[in-house]
Amino acid sequence: MNPQVELPVTNEPGSARLALSVALAGLISGIAIIGIYEATLPTITANKARLLREAVFKVLPGVSRMQQLGFVDGSLKPMGEDDEAVDEDLTLYGGYDTDGRFIGYAIPSDGPGFQDTISLLYGYLPGKGRVVGMEILDSRETPGLGDKIYKDAVFVANFSNLVADPEIVTVKKGTRSAPNEVDAITGATISSKAVVRIINEGQARWRDKLPAPGQEPPLPDPAETPAATAGSD
Amino acid sequence: MDRDKNLDTYQEFVKGIWRDNPVFVQVLGMCPMLAVTNSAINALVMGGATLFVLMGSSFLVAAFKKWIPKQVRISLYIIIIATFVTVADYTLLALLPGVHKELGAFIPLIVANCMILGRQEAFASRHGVRFAMMDAAGMSLGFVLALFSLGSIREILGNGSLFNIPLFGETFEPWVIMILPPGGFITLGLILLFFNWVAARKKAFLEQVVQAERESL
Amino acid sequence: MNELVWIFVSALLINNFVLAYFLGLCPFLGVSGRLETSFRLGLATTFVLIVTALCAWFLNTYILIHAPYLRLISFIVVIASTVQFIEMAIKKLSPALFKALGIFLPLITTNCAILGLAIFATNRGYNLVEGLIFALGAGAGFTLAMVLMAGLREETELSDVPALMQGTALNLIIAGILSMAFMGFAGLFSST
Repeated sequence: MNPQVELPVTNEPGSARLALSVALAGLISGIAIIGIYEATLPTITANKARLLREAVFKVLPGVSRMQQLGFVDGSLKPMGEDDEAVDEDLTLYGGYDTDGRFIGYAIPSDGPGFQDTISLLYGYLPGKGRVVGMEILDSRETPGLGDKIYKDAVFVANFSNLVADPEIVTVKKGTRSAPNEVDAITGATISSKAVVRIINEGQARWRDKLPAPGQEPPLPDPAETPAATAGSD
Repeated sequence: MDRDKNLDTYQEFVKGIWRDNPVFVQVLGMCPMLAVTNSAINALVMGGATLFVLMGSSFLVAAFKKWIPKQVRISLYIIIIATFVTVADYTLLALLPGVHKELGAFIPLIVANCMILGRQEAFASRHGVRFAMMDAAGMSLGFVLALFSLGSIREILGNGSLFNIPLFGETFEPWVIMILPPGGFITLGLILLFFNWVAARKKAFLEQVVQAERESL
Repeated sequence: MNELVWIFVSALLINNFVLAYFLGLCPFLGVSGRLETSFRLGLATTFVLIVTALCAWFLNTYILIHAPYLRLISFIVVIASTVQFIEMAIKKLSPALFKALGIFLPLITTNCAILGLAIFATNRGYNLVEGLIFALGAGAGFTLAMVLMAGLREETELSDVPALMQGTALNLIIAGILSMAFMGFAGLFSST
């Protein structure tokens, strides 16, 4: 740039003016940011709630209503919007059918994968001790190899009826023989094992915390379920 | 504006696209950008967000330059840029949640794109609104073009597709490395090599012309 | 404990800031000409990253929980001013340390790795200890990448490189090969 095109400075502004202009800019910027935040917040919360609902319904076939449950003071309780105090590792989702009968839990879990942390959600029926669905929520596994953990329908189908107790075991592709075994993906053994390990860790974390079958927390009044209120505020 | 008299609107627009292309010629603003050029769509969205931020900030800086005290100008530019980036971030999160998830942390990092702050300091703060807008539009289109060519090269070779539409038959074995980080470095390196080659050819050609003229005299 | 080791090794090798996330490319390509300078810049960056992790944790815990939309602006403003303050303090207290590291500090504040660290740590919900370990790993990874790159560049200076390749084009291709080598670290934590 041409050095001669400096702005002509007629008088040196005092520090009060400097502070004032920064404060003014901050104020205007704050207003703009709050404006866009308020304007987009309803859509963003609705999107998030919809994605979560879709994931829960996918891993728990037959579920049409859900609520978030947290492990507080030794028992599983429904979580309200304001309860922020519960550790994320100690929350899960309860899935219910149209009549409000309990079906199963959708349990979030995460851990190291091949490349980066994998986080997933799996559906668990406590009465049968079975995993009935698995959905990868976030991962950065190698495209074309590790990403088969969610792109390969055959691998995902491993988790549609899987005995989870005492432990899920990964075996070489095509050698699955017991109901608690998962066929690994050829070329992505580490990612397959990581998925299984993450589910096993989720199971270990919740084994002593889930109430006896039949004792699950019931859905609150239908009008107040998170599914019905999500995104309305 | 007096000093704008010798500027040409069209020239200010076009220079950013080829001669002074921010990425390929000036190698600016690549820090956070290379990460999102693993597919054409990601590159386009990121480029679009950068275009919005650069145009908006250049407009404000050029329009209010008389009221911006010189001593605190950098802080004010950063506040302006960060505001536009936040706006772009929330808008994308609301409208394109899928793409936003893939771009993730890299949208806020537009703030750290040295190209944007550079244009405020070098151009927008010294020229009228019209030329500042032309400069910003040219620079950001050049930037979009650069991101898009990187993104499409990497997606075509690394995934055998463009905008997720498969281009080759089943027999094509994708070069997975191209959509992984090394592919980003190597593709940009090869494109810069191509630009060097074009520049060298141009220089050689001009020298030949000069030589021929001298001989004909 | 395992969690902390994973965070550290992941930031240091598997998801190296420079070679996998392209963060801090400007100094990586610009300043990595000399081994000595690269190492010192790496140390100074690690220091700023740790300060950043502290600032980000403080902001996230006490301020941004009430006003999440101010995240970006407050990160930039608070980190830049904290680093400036530390720079002044070092200049006063230890001229020798200032000579070794201080001159780099203003340069580092504008490095995208700094903002990147704050944003990644927030998105992943790291607590204070996890954030500090993450910063330490990211800084060590940055230093490692810088030093490796500088060593390679010192070698290429003595070799016969085609004129067209010289400069950024060559450096980017070297970086690509380094990045490929670092991909070998993937899976380090999940082979059992």
